[in-house]
Amino acid sequence: MNMQSLILRTAAHFLLPLLMLFSVFLLLRGHNEPGGGFIGGLVAAAAILLHLFAMEIKSARSVLHVDPRTLMGVGLALASLSAVPAAFLGQAFFTAQWLTLDVPALGELKVGTVLLFDIGVYLVVIGAVLTIMLSLAEAED
Amino acid sequence: MLFAVLSGFLIAAIAPWLHRLSGRHSGWLLALLPGALFVYFLGFIPEVSDGSAVRLVYPWVPGLDIQLSFLVDGLSLLFALLISGIGFFIVAYAGRYLEKHRDLGRFYVLILSFMASMLGLVLADNLIALFVFWELTSITSYLLIGYNHEDKSARQSALQGLFVTVGGGLALLTGFIMLAIVGGSYELSEILASDGLQEHAWYLPMLLLILAGAFTKSAQVPFHFWLPNAMAAPTPVSAYLHSATMVKAGVYLLARLNPGLGGTETWLLILSLFGGLTMLTGVFLSARSTGVKKVLAYSTVMALGTLVMLIGVGTETAIIAAVTFLLAHSLYKGALFLIAGILDHEAGCKDFLQTGGLRRALPVTTFFAAIAALSLGGVLPLFGFIAKELMLEAVLEAPRVAGILTAFAVLTAILGVLVAAIVGIKPWFGPRVETPKTPHEAPPAMLAGPAVLASLGLIFGLAPWLAEGGILAAAATVVYGAPLTPKLALWHGINAPLMISIAGLVLGLLLYTQWARFRAAFTWLDPLARQIGPERQYERIMAAMVASADWQTRVLQNGYLRYYLLVILITTLLMVGITAQIYDISIGELSFSGVQLQEWAILGIMLAAAFVAVTFRSRLGAVASLGAVGFAVALIYVLFSAADVGITQVLVETLTVLLLVLVLFRLPGFLNLSSRLVRIRDAIVALSVGGMMTLLMLSTTHTRLYDSISSYFVQESVPLGYGRNIVNVILVDFRALDTLGEIFVLALAAVGVYAMIKLRAEDSRK
Repeated sequence: MNMQSLILRTAAHFLLPLLMLFSVFLLLRGHNEPGGGFIGGLVAAAAILLHLFAMEIKSARSVLHVDPRTLMGVGLALASLSAVPAAFLGQAFFTAQWLTLDVPALGELKVGTVLLFDIGVYLVVIGAVLTIMLSLAEAED
Repeated sequence: MLFAVLSGFLIAAIAPWLHRLSGRHSGWLLALLPGALFVYFLGFIPEVSDGSAVRLVYPWVPGLDIQLSFLVDGLSLLFALLISGIGFFIVAYAGRYLEKHRDLGRFYVLILSFMASMLGLVLADNLIALFVFWELTSITSYLLIGYNHEDKSARQSALQGLFVTVGGGLALLTGFIMLAIVGGSYELSEILASDGLQEHAWYLPMLLLILAGAFTKSAQVPFHFWLPNAMAAPTPVSAYLHSATMVKAGVYLLARLNPGLGGTETWLLILSLFGGLTMLTGVFLSARSTGVKKVLAYSTVMALGTLVMLIGVGTETAIIAAVTFLLAHSLYKGALFLIAGILDHEAGCKDFLQTGGLRRALPVTTFFAAIAALSLGGVLPLFGFIAKELMLEAVLEAPRVAGILTAFAVLTAILGVLVAAIVGIKPWFGPRVETPKTPHEAPPAMLAGPAVLASLGLIFGLAPWLAEGGILAAAATVVYGAPLTPKLALWHGINAPLMISIAGLVLGLLLYTQWARFRAAFTWLDPLARQIGPERQYERIMAAMVASADWQTRVLQNGYLRYYLLVILITTLLMVGITAQIYDISIGELSFSGVQLQEWAILGIMLAAAFVAVTFRSRLGAVASLGAVGFAVALIYVLFSAADVGITQVLVETLTVLLLVLVLFRLPGFLNLSSRLVRIRDAIVALSVGGMMTLLMLSTTHTRLYDSISSYFVQESVPLGYGRNIVNVILVDFRALDTLGEIFVLALAAVGVYAMIKLRAEDSRK
């Protein structure tokens, strides 16, 4: 695959960090506004794919730092783990647990196992999409 | 109690570690568990011996009314004592017998889990719990039989045992559910106390299903073939399997259900005839075999047949005979199998023809082998004699088919003596035969089991009052359903059973002198058995199963995605269509008045794009127009303020197009387009499915059988889920388990794609 267009390369160079940031933003705000792990994961995967189309596979892999299959594994582990705390508190499996934190500048912040679960979803989506895409892209050579 | 039953599983989990830690003496160390359980169960005897029962209930799945309830009464206690007591010797024995086997640690895991499953089986009062333990014994015994998993025949035998017993287990589960519905409870103690089981219309089908389970497990004709093959297991396993566990499970179940289901004409005829036939078949095949373990295995078939027959006959004498015989058989069969292991381990003999005159080299073993064999043959003054006398007495007085059963029993008595002579005389006395190994006595860990078990057979024979009070009486009472007090004695005076015994002894010993001729006389049966025997039928059924799986794979899963799609769509169409017909679903009145202009426009775009997609002659064009349909759908989501779904749709469409572009790179263009006929067929299917979905949507929005759940989500999203984005709260909180399943599927699909591509790449490189 060779689409070495200067415009696309330059744009991709700037877009990648922005899109990644946006995906994390989508992930974190998902509980109250449109967004969430699934959407965030798709955006992140699309950002890396853009990079893949603009540059080449090696560079796309190096952007990731880790093998996408590892991301899937970590994501599944996190999501499964988020179900466990409830079991120790004698509640039904998967009951969400919440912690209210007082953050000085932002006021009250609610953090829960739900967020852990959503991060798991986020990682699995990135990992799965990229595993499929990268292995397809690599298959030709 | 819960702990006692489950301790086997707990210790099994750390057994390999304990084994590594304790080295050579791991057998004795781990044997402490069954030993301790034996002592624990002994403590129940005073409570149970007056016929009462101890019931312990632990909640398990309260929502489904399933409890982990245990019932300790005479019957279950007798079995629990046998399982833990013999288990003690088996584990100690195995520690030495398999000392040099590299998987000894794994063996301990399996044998202890097996013991725990068996304990659970006999103690469970809840039908579901009983069934779970029942299947656990099948699975653990599968692993035990296939313990030497590098041996092909061991794997095959293990699989055969598993298929036969689990196949019966399926029937059993159905029977249990029917029993629970008829009896109005899942607790055995309550079911058996209820009236009207036998008059119920379901009695016969229910009985047949339960019998299918019990007969396969307890190797009754025509399912007896798996048991001799199961001797592929290491000898201590065979000893355990045959003497106290696994195959006795079917007998236990029949004994347990006897007060509720027994006593009818059907019960009596099926059990006594099948049992009698199994008894005779077993002893006949046993007398014809020469392999040490094979002779013993077929004699177990004989014993199982005897027990089933006695439970079927169901008179007072028969039930007392059954429990007595159960105990006697467990003692001598355990001892004999362990001795067979010694023969193999210390002299290298696997076949009786290779053995002879070993009494000088193995004096201790010879002594206990002789005692156990005398008990097997039912000779005065062993416990086996008492059991056999009782059995003959019960058969002579049987309420139905006494003539046939007596004929069976007399023949069995004669051949039983022959088998006992083969086991008790052939290897030890007579001229010395060269053995593969220089024979020497086994270590104490291997002699302890045979010595204690065989001696108990002698002690109970000489002093039957030791056995008859307490546990045997209580067990017989439970099986019979009314108080029974057995009077066991060696001497009943000169009567018909004694005459039969003496005649059997004389004729059996005579036959033994002609053993070679006896075997030769029946060789003509072998080709017949190979062609039409039950094992051949089993192989036929298995072959037919594979063939049909092969056929349906070729037809339904032929590798062409378009056929998969077609099959799935047509099936859905038919099923939804039929359901819609049956329930007479209405779609309400259609009105287009509220539709806005922009909505019409989107609809137009979708239609046009879909039309282009099906008529375009290049892949890329088709993909792009499908993408257009997708984006139009996303637009509709946004118009109806489903922002999350809209965003997801857009992203998924983008990724799909990217994915297809990646794939399209290595696909040729449409080389051959479908023929006209195929296109018409596809068009019809596509339009029908589309139409069906539309109608389904319309009827869903029109009919509302229950209140919509969405209002609940809208209400509870903030108070319960602390989130204003309801879609997300549903995904990660209310329905988190669904999402977890979905991401697992997603990851699996990715791994599948990865494996497919990488494996193909590797293949092409070769």
